[in-house]
Amino acid sequence: MINPDSVGRTFNGADLITVTQSEIDSFAAVIGETKTSVAPPTFSIRISLSQYESILTQPEIGVDWTRLVHGDQKFEIHRPIVAGDTFTCSATIETLRVAAGNEIISVRSDLHNGTELVVSCWSTLVVRG
Amino acid sequence: MIQIGTVLDEHVFTIDRALLKAYADASGDQNPIHQNEEFALSVGLPNVIAHGMLTMALAGKYVSDWAGGSANVKEFSARFIKPVIVPAGETVDLTVSATVVEINGDQIKLDIVATSAGVKVLGMAKAVVIK
Repeated sequence: MINPDSVGRTFNGADLITVTQSEIDSFAAVIGETKTSVAPPTFSIRISLSQYESILTQPEIGVDWTRLVHGDQKFEIHRPIVAGDTFTCSATIETLRVAAGNEIISVRSDLHNGTELVVSCWSTLVVRG
Repeated sequence: MIQIGTVLDEHVFTIDRALLKAYADASGDQNPIHQNEEFALSVGLPNVIAHGMLTMALAGKYVSDWAGGSANVKEFSARFIKPVIVPAGETVDLTVSATVVEINGDQIKLDIVATSAGVKVLGMAKAVVIK
């Protein structure tokens, strides 16, 4: 069970993540994008998803990652990500509800390069009961 | 001339198991339901399924191309309503189209439709681009 006390709280990821050109190139190649001076619009999920995993599976929150399904996803891209960006990533648990035995959490993730907010994203994650 | 109701040309992407492996490596999402058929069946799925985020990434490519590049995509959202099923040795389609639904200055909002094998796989898919 997810700890209901975690709702409304923001957790900061411990990692500082530097984006490399080769990561952008690999992601772009999968979708057939040849222009790689900036990252494709959904590239930041590479960062947010791994940070969600390390943050949300902490015992004080208690998400069971093995039963997770991605329900929906939204990005607000304040400027495109480029190689050399160094991000901190937070996770704010905005809502938690239970439906049909599944726990459904809405999580917001903000990627900051220093003090600059570059991408905000929202993910609905379903932990199957 | 772009106006509300303008329908963008459809594009068909192809998805196979090799693309799922490439996306897993590029995104870091190594969940076995996207690569291992035995595992996928064991958790009640009909077969290996594509990452929802791969579907969204391809739809994002479609939007970027129309907008003149990735840098022009400001907002992008979708629900993963049905899985894209990817049997071994087969190539399945992801067919994407979009309609202009709002214009605010240089910002254009698109409603996106994405189907695979005739089934709608993304719901409420929208993007805001600058063009």
